[in-house]
Amino acid sequence: MHRLAQVSVEIIDQCVAQGVPFAREYGGLLDTRSFGGAQVQRTFYARGQTGQQLLLGAYQALERQIGLGNVEMNSRHEMLELVIVDGKARGIVVRDLVTGEISTEMADAVVLASGGYGNVFYLSTNAKGCNVTATWRAHRKGAYFANPCYTQIHPTCIPVSGDHQSKLTLMSESLRNDGRVWVPKAEGDDRSPKDIPEDERDYYLERIYPSFGNLVPRDIASRAAKAVCDQGRGVGPTKLGVYLDFADAINRLGRQAIEAKYGNLFEMYERITGEDPYEVPMRIYPAVHYTMGGLWVDYDLQSTIPGLFVIGEANFSDHGANRLGASALMQGLADGYFVLPSTLANYLASGPLEKVDASHPEAVAARADVEDRIGRLLAVNGDRTVDSFHRELGQIMWEHCGMERSEAGLRKAIDEIRALRDQFWQRVRVSGDGEGLNQSLEKAGRVADFFELAELMCIDALHREESCGGHFRAEHQTPDGEAQRDDERFAYVAAWEYTGTGEPSVLHKEDLKFEYVHPSQRSYK
Amino acid sequence: MNLTLRIWRQSDPTDKGRMVTYPVDDVSPDMSFLEMLDVLNERLILAGEEPVAFDHDCREGICGACGMMINGNAHGPQRGTTACQLHMRQFSDGETIDIEPWRARAFPVIKDLVVNRGAFDKIVAAGGYITAPTGSAPEAHSTPVAKANADAAFESAACIGCGACVAACPNGSGMLFTAAKVTQLSLLPQGQPERYTRVIGMVDAHDEAGFGGCTNAGECTVVCPKGIPLNTIGRLNGDYLKATAKRGDTPGT
Ligand SMILES: Cc1cc2nc3c(=O)[nH]c(=O)nc-3n(C[C@H](O)[C@H](O)[C@H](O)COP(=O)(O)OP(=O)(O)OC[C@H]3O[C@@H](n4cnc5c(N)ncnc54)[C@H](O)[C@@H]3O)c2cc1C
Ligand code: SF4
Ligand code: FES
Repeated sequence: MHRLAQVSVEIIDQCVAQGVPFAREYGGLLDTRSFGGAQVQRTFYARGQTGQQLLLGAYQALERQIGLGNVEMNSRHEMLELVIVDGKARGIVVRDLVTGEISTEMADAVVLASGGYGNVFYLSTNAKGCNVTATWRAHRKGAYFANPCYTQIHPTCIPVSGDHQSKLTLMSESLRNDGRVWVPKAEGDDRSPKDIPEDERDYYLERIYPSFGNLVPRDIASRAAKAVCDQGRGVGPTKLGVYLDFADAINRLGRQAIEAKYGNLFEMYERITGEDPYEVPMRIYPAVHYTMGGLWVDYDLQSTIPGLFVIGEANFSDHGANRLGASALMQGLADGYFVLPSTLANYLASGPLEKVDASHPEAVAARADVEDRIGRLLAVNGDRTVDSFHRELGQIMWEHCGMERSEAGLRKAIDEIRALRDQFWQRVRVSGDGEGLNQSLEKAGRVADFFELAELMCIDALHREESCGGHFRAEHQTPDGEAQRDDERFAYVAAWEYTGTGEPSVLHKEDLKFEYVHPSQRSYK
Repeated sequence: MNLTLRIWRQSDPTDKGRMVTYPVDDVSPDMSFLEMLDVLNERLILAGEEPVAFDHDCREGICGACGMMINGNAHGPQRGTTACQLHMRQFSDGETIDIEPWRARAFPVIKDLVVNRGAFDKIVAAGGYITAPTGSAPEAHSTPVAKANADAAFESAACIGCGACVAACPNGSGMLFTAAKVTQLSLLPQGQPERYTRVIGMVDAHDEAGFGGCTNAGECTVVCPKGIPLNTIGRLNGDYLKATAKRGDTPGT
């Protein structure tokens, strides 16, 4: 945390130097704004595209290195296995997604930057390609998986419109700076929003949390939305939605000011829903957005396997049980630009490592495992598609390991996941063969790993008998429905060790020591 | 709604390829175009046929992966919209829709609707960056950027590298993509030191990668989902002229 705070300033300097077009004030200096969970304006931004622009900055810097011949890029390749030699990470097995060729790359160290696993829920705001395979394969080879149950559900997403839904779109958090969240006071009020008078509206975040209002942290805003919908006060065709209304802001600041700030988001919303948010309040509902859990790493970002480093959303570091807005990008950039270059160099300097090549028995075995798995997936030739299994798995997870978890629900989920996983291996149909581009095969391998991860997430959620951040256990809440922590028993990172398929994972605890600031019951009232 | 799709099927880069007709029923107007293709693919898989390969990732208009020609238009009929953001309410019941991959020399087809846009990476590698070794960056506030320039740079930075501009261009030119990056970086004070080597490097790489020349047809900006304006190409040309003059070249060689 301390280190992250220190280098965060340099991140902005670095990105500005690369040409990332952050928003500017009229004086030409960088502009800031407030973001969920913070009452001060302290977040630098690039309209609604901050992440995209930071990514492009990093991509351009990488392309420069490729042009200079320092980096060799293999796009459209997927890592499917980790190679360990003498206890150290020494390579990976990849499949060329275009030709289907399996190959082994040997190295002195391996860095995983493979992102989060939110797509275990099938529907999430993540890109469709996000998956857990890289980190899960490493976990199976001995890297501990930390806090898998910590997932962030983002409050401002466009609601699901039907069974065909393939992903959910986030409406940037920044919208909560100017939008006001409300639902009708009465249950089952079917009137159009403009026919509902002011005094029949419940601006519930402003009512319950007067000091933070619409800017309460994500988990609180999400759970509050679920609560009002559970009370039958949800809006829109599915009744799983709340209004995010810009009428006041438009009156106060003018349409132009709102357009300048959020124009692209409003357009995006209109394209998806067919409704104009300048005229009709937006409808939003929470959706899975970010996974705080990931492979356990030490201060050097090294996992429990020497030589395996994990950066960005793929590791568990920095965010605890709940991430605040804007800090994922900060962490990812800090890891990649400022931390890893020193720690990785340090590891390499401790060498020299023994020379190994792809003919090493461990490498040959890892490759054979990959080929065998692909063969098994193709051989089932059943009667259900990969997506149909993925959707069903997602529903189980959303229902029982989503915004609110309970002992009974989690136990049920574990049974259901195991049963569905068995079905998957008996009934899945993967079309085509292992040669060439085969998107159905790619998805099948990823969903197979999601099944295993899903079970561990539920086990982790079950063992953590407290509520904290994104993990809300129904049994552990204060009388007014807030998260009830139990720091006596649970002030630790839960790092799980894989011990074999069907064997229970072993829990390792890393105690959390708070020297300066002590955790306490949060209050946003 | 019920639709008839005519889709380009090509099993690999060496296959000649052909249009194949598929009826799709029960399409909801709330589906995105890619969700409609998902529905088709689910049915094809269960019927023992190969699903249609198409690229996609973010499904919200920011990664640039999902490009395809829809009824002859890059990204389909709605302006300022990527194929993944296009929704079926833009079509009518009973319609026949033609779906094809980008067609351009620099973007060879890999399979069905999937093309290789790696040529764009080569253009960027040849100068589409600002050299800023990690850790040596000056304090960001030490160089103010006039808001007008910052805003214009931002407008150009919005390019998602989708390749629609190339697919729509009668010459298969990648000039709008190249100009967007040149414009963004040359409007910022940080981009000045490499301003002229950048433009030459990028334009040369563009030509080498097999993109055609720009004849100001203007189709690119019409289909660009991010509204990159045509005047960026004017800016690129201006910089290119100055750069070649500095280098002592005759422009255009
Ligand atoms: C819609 C949205 C908006 C967001 N907005 C913000 C924001 O405003 N501020 C903020 O701080 N954070 C935000 N976040 C979170 C932040 O963007 C992510 O946490 C961050 O991008 C993660 O970066 P990463 O490099 O760790 O992983 P990713 O960006 O997910 O990259 C992982 C890469 O690894 C590849 N990969 C995965 N598995 C394999 C494999 N087996 N083999 C080969 N390649 C593989 C993937 O294809 C992907 O390219 C947002 C996230 C989303 C989804
Ligand atoms: S300029 Fe527009 S059309 Fe061309 S690649 Fe960029 S976003 Fe796509
Ligand atoms: S899938 Fe990313 S832009 Fe369409």
